[in-house]
Amino acid sequence: MTNTDITSADKHAVIGVRAMEIIVAVVILAFGAVIAWASYDLGAGWADDGPQAGYFPFYIGVIIAISSFVTLMQALLTRAPDVGAAFVERGQLKLVLSVLVPALVYVLVIQWFGIYLASAIYIAVFMVWLGKYAWWKGLLLGVIVSVCVFMMFEVWFQVPLHKGTLYNPLSFTGY
Amino acid sequence: MEEINALFHGFSVAMTPFNLMLMFVGVTLGVVIGVLPGLGGANGIAILLPLTFTMPPTSAIIMLSCIYWGALFGGAITSILFNIPGEPWSVATTFDGYPMAQQGRAGEALTTAFTSSFVGAFVAVVMITFLAPLVAKFALKFGPPEFFSVYFLTFCSFIGMGKGSPWKTLTAMMLGFSLAAVGMDTVTGQLRLTFGLSELMRGFDFLVAVIGLFGIGEILLSMEEGLSFSGRSARINLKVVIETWKKLPQYWMTSLRSCLIGCWMGITPGGATPASFMSYGVAKRMSANGAQFGKGHIEGVIAPETAAHAAGTSALLPMLSLGIPGSPTAAVLLGGLLIWGLQPGPLLFVEKKEFVWGLIASMYLGNIAGLIIVLTCVPLFAAILRIPFSIIAPLIIVICAIGAFSVHNAMLDIWFMLLFGVIGYVFKKLDYPMAPMVLALVLGDRAEDSFRQSMLISQGNLNVFFANGLVGSIMALGLVMLFWPLVNKLREK
Repeated sequence: MTNTDITSADKHAVIGVRAMEIIVAVVILAFGAVIAWASYDLGAGWADDGPQAGYFPFYIGVIIAISSFVTLMQALLTRAPDVGAAFVERGQLKLVLSVLVPALVYVLVIQWFGIYLASAIYIAVFMVWLGKYAWWKGLLLGVIVSVCVFMMFEVWFQVPLHKGTLYNPLSFTGY
Repeated sequence: MEEINALFHGFSVAMTPFNLMLMFVGVTLGVVIGVLPGLGGANGIAILLPLTFTMPPTSAIIMLSCIYWGALFGGAITSILFNIPGEPWSVATTFDGYPMAQQGRAGEALTTAFTSSFVGAFVAVVMITFLAPLVAKFALKFGPPEFFSVYFLTFCSFIGMGKGSPWKTLTAMMLGFSLAAVGMDTVTGQLRLTFGLSELMRGFDFLVAVIGLFGIGEILLSMEEGLSFSGRSARINLKVVIETWKKLPQYWMTSLRSCLIGCWMGITPGGATPASFMSYGVAKRMSANGAQFGKGHIEGVIAPETAAHAAGTSALLPMLSLGIPGSPTAAVLLGGLLIWGLQPGPLLFVEKKEFVWGLIASMYLGNIAGLIIVLTCVPLFAAILRIPFSIIAPLIIVICAIGAFSVHNAMLDIWFMLLFGVIGYVFKKLDYPMAPMVLALVLGDRAEDSFRQSMLISQGNLNVFFANGLVGSIMALGLVMLFWPLVNKLREK
């Protein structure tokens, strides 16, 4: 969590800004092409009653492709001095992944077992793992938050949240 | 003086005890949102939107807009005490606000920031009161081509006034439009770009995109910096407030200039962030004490805060009168209006007078409530920032997930939120602007509808967009904006 445990190896760039610019531009270019192609399939011309359903998205796709192509060319041809700058350093990426990967697992657990159980576990794990708290503190806060959310959404505002597709651990509450 | 009457009627609508309570709740929530990293005006309101579905629309919009005022106020607290801008528009406030806090003048800086915010918002609200009905009346005569031209101008302004690469602005904007096109076509009823996935029939909800882009993306960015907060403590007492208030009137010129910049940037979709930077820059150049800027000069706090708040408030003018939001947060509020079955636009002023004037009246009251709350509760809000990031971060992600789910009760939306979070992180680092993307996602369908309706009227002839003086000049202005970066480049050579 703190800056103190960052070693020199962590300062290495995982990927440069330029490489990332190129990757992102190519992905967007492909996305634009898919949009244009799918819209063309749908009918991107004119019917008797005006433009067909694919007309507007087709040109959107084309513009996406063109603009990302320009960005791609700019990234390839640039002679800017900071061309070798790091997009993300090793240490930074570690920190980002330490949030992102648990978040992915969290969403998966939501899908299977519902939002309340998943949230309690997620908060506890995050606090214990990244914050180095005692496990009972994490668990306590996790449960408190989940209970508060449950009361607020299910009981007071009557907005039902996701209960889990595999098993609903809160089926006993009747909500 | 019709407006004054209507406004007083609005006050009677807004002044019920229930609505006043909601105002205070909203402002407090807003300040908390503004102080927390990863939660801002746009996604904060997006998350809380589902909770207001059961309220009457007027009360709901009063609370939501008060959250917005609160978030605008809250950004200043973190900038001044912690040198961490809680919101993008308060970055410029750190330049002089944090040095002031370091010199032990935190109370003075905060009072200045809050008062300036209040002044900026107040001027903008007065402007809305008198200008919005006129704009709406004028816009009643608009047909589809006129509306399309206004959309066109809105989006071209992003390209013309953006700071980064115009190509990236264009890309981000068109990505927003393409996501807006997913789902059922409103005219022909055909399914578009769903690639056989029935879940995509509903389309992408921009609220989910906002929660992911601004919420999750922001958390990932803050994580990267390995955040450890170290801030100044502050207590504001009456003495500091009164002494600061005595000083402020001599800077009336800076205030006025910042208000004008803010109002202009808010109505045209420049938004609060560029407004605050521009106002800071202009104040630095025009001020007699220009050299003092950056070292803790009070004018360096007045200028960005006044402009940011004026811009944030006046962004609601085009949202209410034309149905075109000037900022992502205004777009979220517009989304709320649509959910309650209120169609923002010129007709709103005719058909839902009570609602509109109730909202405008609540802007006056909400900002007063905001000023009182922030002046009295600063230590409390600053304490929130001392909660370690390893507790705040999972909480915010949980809140975002709940928010994303409750928009449509759809599990898939939580996955989309995560995806948008990663996109937000990458885009932010590569300088792809997110505001035009969100606005395109919100307005995409309606821009397309107005285009197609115009085409139906003219039977496919594009000349309809230059058919009369009004639509022609708006389109021409849009084209100027669109090619402005090119003109600039040629001039440089």
